[in-house]
Amino acid sequence: MNETNFFLKYAYIIPLLPLSSFFINIFVGKRLPRKGDWVSLLTIVTALVMAIGIFYEVIVQGFNPNFSYHVTYPWLTIQDRFHVNIGILVDNITAIMLVVVTLVSSLVHLFSVGYMHGDPKYNRFFAYLSIFSFSMLGLVLSESVFFLFIFWELVGLSSYLLIGFWFEKKSAADASKKAFITNRVGDFGFLAGILILFATTGVFGFDEIFAAVGAGKLTGTMLTMAGVGLFCGAVGKSAQFPLHIWLPDAMEGPTPVSALIHAATMVAAGVYLVGRMYPVFTPDALLVIAYTGTITLFIAATIALAQNDIKKILAYSTVSQLGFMVCGLGVGGYTAGLAHLVTHAGFKACMFLGSGSVIHAVHSQDIFDMGELRKKMPITFVTFLIGTLAIAGVPFFSGFFSKDMILGDALAFAMLNPKHYALFIVPMFTAGLTAFYMFRLVFVTFFGHARDHHKFDHAHESPFTMAFPLIVLALLSFAFPFEHNNWFKTLIVKPKSAVVLPAGEGHGSAPKHEAAPAAAGAEHAAAPVEHAMASPAEHAAVAPAEHGSAPAAVHGAPETAGLSAEEKEHAEHVAHVTHQAHGIAMYMSLAVAGTGILLAVVVYILGWINPATVKAACLPVHTFLANKWYFDELYGMTIIAFTMWAARMMAWFDSNVVDGAVNLVATVNKWACMFVGRFDNLVVDGAVNAVANATIGGGTVLRRIQTGKVYHYAFVLVGGVVVLFLLKAF
Amino acid sequence: MALIDNHILSLMTFIPLIGAALILMVPKGNDKVVKTMAVVTTIFPLLLAVKLWGAYDRTLAGVNLASGFQFVEHYVWIPSINVDYYLGADGISIPMLMLTSLISFLAVIASFGIEKQLKGYMALFLLLETGMMGTFASLDFFLFYVFWELMLLPMYFLIGIWGGPRKEYAAIKFFLYTLAGSLLMLVALLALYFNTADPVTGQHCFNLLTFMNQSTHTGILKHFDVRILMFLGLFIGFAIKVPLFPFHTWLPDAHVEAPTAISVILAGILLKMGTYGMMRILFPIFPDVTRYFVYPMAALGVVNIVYGAMCALAQSDLKKMVAYSSVSHMGFCLLGMAALTPVGMVGASFQMFAHGIITSMLFLLVGVVYDRAHHRQIDGFGGIAAVVPVYTFFVVVAFFGSLGLPGLPGFLAEQMVFLGAFATAFSGFKTLVIISTFGIIIGAAYHLWALQRVFLGPLNPKYAGLEEINGRELFTLVPLAIVAVILGCYPMPVLNLMNASMVKLVDVVKMVM
Repeated sequence: MNETNFFLKYAYIIPLLPLSSFFINIFVGKRLPRKGDWVSLLTIVTALVMAIGIFYEVIVQGFNPNFSYHVTYPWLTIQDRFHVNIGILVDNITAIMLVVVTLVSSLVHLFSVGYMHGDPKYNRFFAYLSIFSFSMLGLVLSESVFFLFIFWELVGLSSYLLIGFWFEKKSAADASKKAFITNRVGDFGFLAGILILFATTGVFGFDEIFAAVGAGKLTGTMLTMAGVGLFCGAVGKSAQFPLHIWLPDAMEGPTPVSALIHAATMVAAGVYLVGRMYPVFTPDALLVIAYTGTITLFIAATIALAQNDIKKILAYSTVSQLGFMVCGLGVGGYTAGLAHLVTHAGFKACMFLGSGSVIHAVHSQDIFDMGELRKKMPITFVTFLIGTLAIAGVPFFSGFFSKDMILGDALAFAMLNPKHYALFIVPMFTAGLTAFYMFRLVFVTFFGHARDHHKFDHAHESPFTMAFPLIVLALLSFAFPFEHNNWFKTLIVKPKSAVVLPAGEGHGSAPKHEAAPAAAGAEHAAAPVEHAMASPAEHAAVAPAEHGSAPAAVHGAPETAGLSAEEKEHAEHVAHVTHQAHGIAMYMSLAVAGTGILLAVVVYILGWINPATVKAACLPVHTFLANKWYFDELYGMTIIAFTMWAARMMAWFDSNVVDGAVNLVATVNKWACMFVGRFDNLVVDGAVNAVANATIGGGTVLRRIQTGKVYHYAFVLVGGVVVLFLLKAF
Repeated sequence: MALIDNHILSLMTFIPLIGAALILMVPKGNDKVVKTMAVVTTIFPLLLAVKLWGAYDRTLAGVNLASGFQFVEHYVWIPSINVDYYLGADGISIPMLMLTSLISFLAVIASFGIEKQLKGYMALFLLLETGMMGTFASLDFFLFYVFWELMLLPMYFLIGIWGGPRKEYAAIKFFLYTLAGSLLMLVALLALYFNTADPVTGQHCFNLLTFMNQSTHTGILKHFDVRILMFLGLFIGFAIKVPLFPFHTWLPDAHVEAPTAISVILAGILLKMGTYGMMRILFPIFPDVTRYFVYPMAALGVVNIVYGAMCALAQSDLKKMVAYSSVSHMGFCLLGMAALTPVGMVGASFQMFAHGIITSMLFLLVGVVYDRAHHRQIDGFGGIAAVVPVYTFFVVVAFFGSLGLPGLPGFLAEQMVFLGAFATAFSGFKTLVIISTFGIIIGAAYHLWALQRVFLGPLNPKYAGLEEINGRELFTLVPLAIVAVILGCYPMPVLNLMNASMVKLVDVVKMVM
């Protein structure tokens, strides 16, 4: 660290800038000139300048794959028993992410000035954009899994607020709720992962966790569970199967939001999480990740084929591309997955903002209401086309650069683990689907002839504030910003795994290993993680031998010092296969993308095949896809229905059984008391009364004698005397 | 000043009582005077609480060590049976005393809408505050019991006279249920009294710290079976207050019927009496039985969390939903305590504080809408966020606080409970924690679902003219929101108060000296 690293030293200010504009806009924004949009814009552009400063210091000047700037302060302590630190971690991926987030965010802010013009909640919109930017920047700067989780939840909040921005619409309110709760389901796993990591290592910092795991404090099945748990969080946030259902609905939010949050940045946070925690994923966990990504990318692409809403198509393509990233990370393509994250942020934001520009012009989201728009909106058209070329994986565009890496790594993985060939075939096939449905979108929207003349006549190119962001993002959809000097591949290198594998599983082609015996000896364990990163100048090469799974871009010579001959041989084999795989994959992906584009041309430009005929021919399939594989219905009928039923049952149980028991006790008591009361009244008091009554009765009877008449007394007296006389006489 | 310095806890406890007496002397028809007097009376304990916060030595632990207590006042009260007037504060009670003074002050202001017999209401309210303060400050079991029972009486009348349509039922239910718990406590209290001897004088006493000294236990207190029975007696007494499943059903009734400010007191402070009692009395006096019962206690906590959340999901009355959310949130306290780890114990204690702040906001907010719409049916509204944005803002803050959003204290408390319970040495707690995290998902579901049905979607034309939240209502909510945000972002101001005592408490229960 030297004093020239000015921006790095003040990196913590970056997230605080948008936080300040959040507070300004939420409380006084309405009263500010222009309703405060400039406050948010100013802070985020300042953040962008600082992020570029850091990028320059770290990436351009530093150019060191192992760079890491790390500061922490104690935040929460319980004497010496518990510590959570607050701090920032800036390494190469953070430096890149900072620029990605602040750049896309700045452009989206600018775009929104035009797009949201005249909205009654204009100031609140910018406040929400600011809180999102704060949370997202905090997320990428976090140095511990605890703070990453905190910001993870906060981006979820911003997403909730922005999806439901037009909350008067029931669909928007539904979508925001769905997004938050679905994410919570994923967070459940994330939390479990954090808990496992903390319970075994006692720390939260990334470096500390990796060190502890590397020291063998957490191994085997528990480590796999921790990894899968963390990944569950990513499944929610990055809309992976089976929690992908929220993202398409999230399109209810304003389109700039869809571009920023639900395409470029927040949804990629899950991928970022997997990348950040990469050293702790066991081969098993990575396999789960790879398959999840593969299933997701396929399902989403098939659904996208059958959608007509421009934003829905883009949303499903986002899900599918996130699947590519996740799959890439899962098969060991660390660099590839993160590269796709970065390139996707650019071209997808470009297309989303382009769709916003289109929607702004024609006031419809149905692509079959559009057509021929290239003539009305040339800038939107060209930039959208560039984005589409990128996502389709056409050479010289950014998507080719990153997707090709993913497919290459997938093929290498498949070649090393032949029973997992699906992990290559499905993504490769889906790459073709992607090219097809994306060009379908472009052709229907911008080519052909206008279908709705009223809408077409009113369409116009968007103002400068909306066009400028499109141009910037389109420029970033070319490959040269990423391929220049090979900087990305050089600086973003796969971190060495911290996983300690049990004996005998160090290598071999099968990534599967059974539940690790707890007694994975530390001395045994420490050995395989020894081999460090190779010379960073060339393609940094990681020796992935200890996984038996995952080759990264291994072009340089792995550092094999200290390895046995067998291991050396294995590492060389992996490097060889990887190199070979990348060559094959490149040609295949070119062929597949070309086929997809060609097919779209044939159907939607040349009209040789009528889509309606195809649709009619396979109507059930189309219905199935158009209804998104019926996931919403499935969940609605199973999990949601069951939860609601269970909740009602418990509430019934509570008010009838539990409270019923309380009331029963009360009633029984009341009866007992009444009985006692009656007993008291009738028996105890009855006895008292009986005595009284008897006395009274006796008295009444006896009273009769007391007549008060002299002749009665005289009669009795005489009678008595007579009786006595008679007794005496006899 | 010496008076204040030496008798700060007594002043906090009895100033409200004096205020109540003075209020009763105000002639009829002077409602403004009564209100002013009530506010002024509750300001004093609040100011003293600030002083308490400033003067409290964070390094001392207290718990079972007399010298660890601060602001101590120790006098003989009833010499014939050795009852002492013994007040003192440590990390277990300090946060609760502060919470009580704050919530009481705000609740008085929230009571300004009361029209019926305001004088009586305020007098009873202040009497209630005396009871609460005394309970949190007492270190003599007899004194504790007196204050504990003292709370019952005003609460009964406050619900029974100023409550909703079913107020008599709710008041009697609350009274009898709590009284039943108190009697179990009384039995245990007497058993403790007769089976311990002060090591210095050799006589029976009610000193809690003496009870905590295991060597003073004699007679039947040496039999584990008896100790279990006494533990259960005390536990049920406290559990009713928390309230723990299955003793919780008085709570929804009492909450729904009680006037807003009383619901605030009930949920914000009274529920904490239960968990406070466990920390202050139950755990340190019966550490062996506590360890014996960690699983049932944790399981009850988990049942509370999940079951309370599920019940909340099914409610149609907003206030009842909030009431069940309290059931759910108090479950976290028990789970954290049962783990017997410093993190879990601090988490439980922090949850008590956090829940006190957040649930008070929730009840105040429910009261706001009830005052205007005269009903609380969740489905009876719709889209009112468009009409009352400021009110909605506070509801969103409180709801998200309640569902555990970072930046608000509930999140940290829950996380600490989870971390503490997951990292405990007791096997099987991991499963319990995983089950309880379902409560977090359900928590998000019922809060957001209610938020949507009441505030979002198309506006129900019936409420197009709904009045925005007014200045007085804002005055009660803003301080709570500020405290919530500060503690959510930086919890140390409160955690520092608790830490030493909580760590000590864990050590005491685990017999680690």
